Amino acid sequence: MEKGHPATYEEVQKIHPLYFNIVKKRYWWFAISLLVIVPGIISLFMQGLNLGIDFKGGTMLDVTFQKAVTQTAITDTMKSVGLDGPVQLSNGNTNALIRTEALEETKRNELLTALQTKVGEYDKTTLKEDKVGPAMGQELTRNAFLALIIAMGLMIAYISFRFQFVFAISGIIALLHDVLVVVGLFSIFQWQIDSSFVAAVLTIFGYSINDTVVIFDRIRENEAKMRRGDSYEDMVDKSVWQTMRRSVNTVVTVLIALFSVYILGGESTKVFSLAMLLGVFSGAYSSIFNASQILVEIKKHMKNPRRGGKTVRA
Amino acid sequence: MRRANIIKLVTLVLLVAAAVALSIKPLVDPVKGIPLGLDLRGGVHLVLQAEPNKNGTPITTDDMDKAKAIISKRVNDLGVSEPIVQADYDKKRMVIDLAGVTDPDKAVDILKTTAKLTFRDPQGTVVLQGDELKDAKGGQGQDQGYVVNLTFSSDGAKKFGDLTTKYIGQRIGIYLDDKLLTNPTVNTPILNGQAEITGYATLEEAANSAVLMRSGSLPVSMTIAEKRQVGASLGIDSLHKSIKAGLYGLIFIFLFMLVFYRLPGVVADFSLIVYGLIVLWIFWMFRVVLTLPGIAGFILSIGMAVDFNIIIYERVKEEVRAGKSLRAGVEAGFSRAFITVIDAHVTTFIAAMTLYYFGSGSIRGFALTLGVGIIASLFTAITFTRLVLRLIVGTSSKIKTTWFGVRREV
Repeated sequence: MEKGHPATYEEVQKIHPLYFNIVKKRYWWFAISLLVIVPGIISLFMQGLNLGIDFKGGTMLDVTFQKAVTQTAITDTMKSVGLDGPVQLSNGNTNALIRTEALEETKRNELLTALQTKVGEYDKTTLKEDKVGPAMGQELTRNAFLALIIAMGLMIAYISFRFQFVFAISGIIALLHDVLVVVGLFSIFQWQIDSSFVAAVLTIFGYSINDTVVIFDRIRENEAKMRRGDSYEDMVDKSVWQTMRRSVNTVVTVLIALFSVYILGGESTKVFSLAMLLGVFSGAYSSIFNASQILVEIKKHMKNPRRGGKTVRA
Repeated sequence: MRRANIIKLVTLVLLVAAAVALSIKPLVDPVKGIPLGLDLRGGVHLVLQAEPNKNGTPITTDDMDKAKAIISKRVNDLGVSEPIVQADYDKKRMVIDLAGVTDPDKAVDILKTTAKLTFRDPQGTVVLQGDELKDAKGGQGQDQGYVVNLTFSSDGAKKFGDLTTKYIGQRIGIYLDDKLLTNPTVNTPILNGQAEITGYATLEEAANSAVLMRSGSLPVSMTIAEKRQVGASLGIDSLHKSIKAGLYGLIFIFLFMLVFYRLPGVVADFSLIVYGLIVLWIFWMFRVVLTLPGIAGFILSIGMAVDFNIIIYERVKEEVRAGKSLRAGVEAGFSRAFITVIDAHVTTFIAAMTLYYFGSGSIRGFALTLGVGIIASLFTAITFTRLVLRLIVGTSSKIKTTWFGVRREV
């Protein structure tokens, strides 16, 4: 082995047994992404998201009865105090999840007493209650959008500063891709979302860019070493493959962590970990298959009108 | 030199083991350990919204301060450890966290009451206000049942004396808001400012009433804008579940690193332990309340902390493949990987910060653990991981590159 020369494009191709040109096939990757995103967007327009009480306001009671109960017994009891709303039974019909409008304390106590007398004894120490006033829900949505936009602005600024503006734009497009995939899937399947969903989306936002930046970092390094006549596409392809093992391995460890939270973490973190799982997966996909390819595409279009230079600086 | 390195390595391993052994007890101590949020041990989280007066007077900062002082007083009387009472002056809100409260229903009841104590004459006109009351205490009555003993200020004592002199033989009313607490018959004029309200069934009931009377009335009426209540055993259940999730996640990440990175994998696993300890001690030091989303954030950050190791190792492999010696490879890999990691982590850190800034309640807890995790993982990598890797490659020049997962023949 020769001393001290960085790996060539051919060497990088040889190291990876599964090598294929990941940049040339970019339209395929874009198509796969669109295949998930477009139905998601359509669903978002048609049926929106299944918003939980964190957004809409309301009261949610999670009651564990000592004996099995029936759905009608609960709905009838609710009606008797002038309330209605969906009831979900689980755990051998002993656990009831009751959703209704935001209840005043007196009304809430009235309902709980009625449940105790008419439906059955419940365990006070496992009672879970969430009440959110309607105003709070609007605030949550507003803050989430605000956080998303500000985080996006800061990231564009940072990446433009450390890389180039086109990198920032490509990275952000890949990020929006991940957000749309997750939000779209939640809309298609009508999984109910709560405030932790917002946290998950924002974390995906922060995490997926991490993956992308690592690849961009390699492109930045290789771009500086490019010689006249080298193809930008090949250089990007090489960079993606050079970081491939890292991309895959890191995602695997994060997915391991998330899977254990999803499977073992209990009900309250399910929405969060599911959103994160989808997001991290999509994030890995978009980092490897979309971000750099978008970069190549933008650079190509920027290059055409001008005279051929080595690289085009944004 | 080489032997010295081996000794240093062994000492490091022993130090880490000792640190783990010594850390467990103080960290999980129920009183002084890392405080657990109410979703992990039961309790109630309340957001009270101050409602403007009916005649339209705006709520002042002064009102909020007064309300906060009164609510804090009531909270402290509930005997909850480490309660949180925060006033949001912009939105006229009071955020109250009572983790570990035994009877959340009662707590909510006591906190919310406007509790304006008034003494009224038989015609129902207010004669005396609660703010002229100096103290109120629940206690055992002389006969049977429980009582609340009232002590008036000098001004109040005079008014109460006048009231009881004027209406001897008649009933006066003692009201909390518009609720009649009791309407005792005045037997003798009470001039010394010491009165007793009888007729409570339990000591607790008397004590709770006393709290309300003593803390005075809230200057504004409050409605519950948000309430999250978790039963105690449900909280413990969540705690166990998330610890289990964390353990399994950790074990599988450990195995993964061992299988894929061999010797450096061991180093990574050790670094992870050090990383975990640092994060937990930071929580302990700053009394960061650990919540369910917080734990999820922590587990996620473990997955991300490994990233630093992976980036370095992949880089070292490349450097070695390019013909560098292991030692030079480690040095070059480290300095190059550092740039990568800084850029990558700053972007994630930006997300964590915006999340913390705009989030509320549980989202904040998550953002905080994520942010702390990122900084701690950077710190661990540039101190501990680098040191250990240097020591290892320094132990022998003949150390096999295959231990680093590098195949020479490529």
